[in-house]
Amino acid sequence: MIFKSLVNSIIPSDLMSKSSGKLHSSVLQQKKSFSLLQCLQQSNFIVGHVIARVDMRYSIWSLINQALTGNQGWKPAWREPEPKKNYQIIIIGGGGHGLATAFYLASRYGMSNIAVLEKGWIGSGNIGRNTTIIRSNYLLDGNEPFYEESLKLWEGLEQDLNYNAMISQRGIINLYHSDSQRDAYVRRGNAMRLHGADAKLLKLEQLRNMCPFLDFENARFPVMGGLLQARAGTARHDAVAWGYARAADQRGVDIIQNCEVTDFIIKDGACVGVKTSRGTITAGKVGVAVAGSTSRVMAKAGLRLPIESHVLQAFVSEGLKPVIPGVITFGAGHFYISQSDKGGLVFGGNIDGYNSYAQRGNLPVFEDVCQSGMAIMPMIGRARILRNWGGIMDMSMDGSPIIDKTPIDQLFLNAGWCYGGFKATPASGLCFAHLLARDEPHEVAKKLRLDRFRCGAMLDERGAGAQPNLH
Amino acid sequence: MIINHPKLGPRDAAEFTILGDASMLNRPDWQADNADDEFYTYVYLRDNPAGLHRELWFHEQGDRSWLVVTRDTITHDVVDVSLASNVALAAKSKKVTKTLNTKKTREKLKSKGQNR
Ligand SMILES: Cc1cc2nc3c(=O)[nH]c(=O)nc-3n(C[C@H](O)[C@H](O)[C@H](O)COP(=O)(O)OP(=O)(O)OC[C@H]3O[C@@H](n4cnc5c(N)ncnc54)[C@H](O)[C@@H]3O)c2cc1C
Repeated sequence: MIFKSLVNSIIPSDLMSKSSGKLHSSVLQQKKSFSLLQCLQQSNFIVGHVIARVDMRYSIWSLINQALTGNQGWKPAWREPEPKKNYQIIIIGGGGHGLATAFYLASRYGMSNIAVLEKGWIGSGNIGRNTTIIRSNYLLDGNEPFYEESLKLWEGLEQDLNYNAMISQRGIINLYHSDSQRDAYVRRGNAMRLHGADAKLLKLEQLRNMCPFLDFENARFPVMGGLLQARAGTARHDAVAWGYARAADQRGVDIIQNCEVTDFIIKDGACVGVKTSRGTITAGKVGVAVAGSTSRVMAKAGLRLPIESHVLQAFVSEGLKPVIPGVITFGAGHFYISQSDKGGLVFGGNIDGYNSYAQRGNLPVFEDVCQSGMAIMPMIGRARILRNWGGIMDMSMDGSPIIDKTPIDQLFLNAGWCYGGFKATPASGLCFAHLLARDEPHEVAKKLRLDRFRCGAMLDERGAGAQPNLH
Repeated sequence: MIINHPKLGPRDAAEFTILGDASMLNRPDWQADNADDEFYTYVYLRDNPAGLHRELWFHEQGDRSWLVVTRDTITHDVVDVSLASNVALAAKSKKVTKTLNTKKTREKLKSKGQNR
């Protein structure tokens, strides 16, 4: 589309072939007045090819060049290499976190000879299933600096990756419905600001101006105001996976799809490689970032973890004109909503609550989520839901993640992301890369330890205790 | 999901709340030497299997009984349901017979003149 509109803006539309969007070369030849255009096309072709040969960077030049040459020159965004016998570092899981880890290992820690092993195709897991909210509005010392680091990385991500991930800082508002909830949000906002994040408490009148459609007079849960993080927003989830994959691949990382890790090779208490559906691969270090499959995969290394796998559903409505300005969350139930650039309302709520590996949920939660939505914005009641799906999340015992070594040498773990791991993707990749490269935790991930459950240094934002389905 | 309640018949899972892995029925001995290890395992670590999973459900909007439900986490099929009280009792009597049968306890009881 973008290419087409670009071409349209340069060339009168009657010169375009209606069906394919390609230039009619015969028309060009007939009309002498377009020799200038031909020159332009020619020069862009040359410039474009030079650029293409350098690294196939996406830019206005590559766009124009491709637009003028019928979009025939786009190359696959990453290679499909055969797995080598040995790598310095193997990352298991080609989700957002695994791909980001590989990218930062290559770009910031100067490592090469890295493979990402993915059992399906990249983007088939939660990275392609989430509701795309990015934010850093956490309370605890162990979490907030980490998520703020992540938000800073999001802000420069498209430039780092040379990829349009459609990052849109449209803001998030957490609604409050009681005096005590307002006090809790004031405390959270202050904690955020102490860590350099932005937060603003919205009074009722301010909120009325921004979101006039909310059910302010709701008898049971009147809306009293909200906590705004203006720098929060949304991103195109699969573009994040593709962008990291392409950028990692350009730095020499082998992304190997359809390659399921079936076992670990452990010698003298150290992990020295993995068995996969595509053969045995040895490695200096192995990092596991398989989200919902964490317990399954780590059981192969004999580890039991403080994690349960649960299903979370997401919902998308038919496309509507712009109605919802940013991300809005309900404070008296579990419901969050935003509107995609295509116009669909993207929303979700509670996890189903029972252990699941099914990637689909059940109807009671469907009903619950829709009821919560209706409680704060009755205007969505007439919108039809087009699609709904589920993803399997690695719910940890305190609701916070783990980026740490394991009791097995050279085997590292990145897990416990619950339903909030999309926003964490950049920082998770950076911190996991740091741990893998340096053998010590990154400054902002020091408290995301595996042994915190044993020693009591829990990071329980919600104060819900050791019950994963309550976080 | 439908849970086939042993006393009330098939009920909608929405009437229940789930607590989690049924291993929580086996509370460790708080006086044992390794109690801290045992409690760490008991409170925090889970098998989290893909496949059959025994779990505790509470019939909150029904007869308020606790059930042990065996469910497939890949298909959501419920394959077995029993009253948690029965499961706990069965486990207890098994444990008692087991302790009585171990050589050490028998000897201990003998020395105290309590052998039956
Ligand atoms: C419905 C839904 C909504 C969500 N909304 C949000 C949100 O708004 N904001 C937010 O921050 N987070 C959200 N999340 C959470 C977020 O999506 C996840 O926490 C995050 O994506 C997990 O990290 P990942 O991208 O690496 O996982 P994944 O994309 O799941 O990657 C893990 C990969 O490991 C692969 N794998 C598994 N086993 C093996 C094996 N044996 N060998 C090789 N590969 C294997 C899988 O195929 C998968 O591709 C949501 C999640 C869901 C399901």
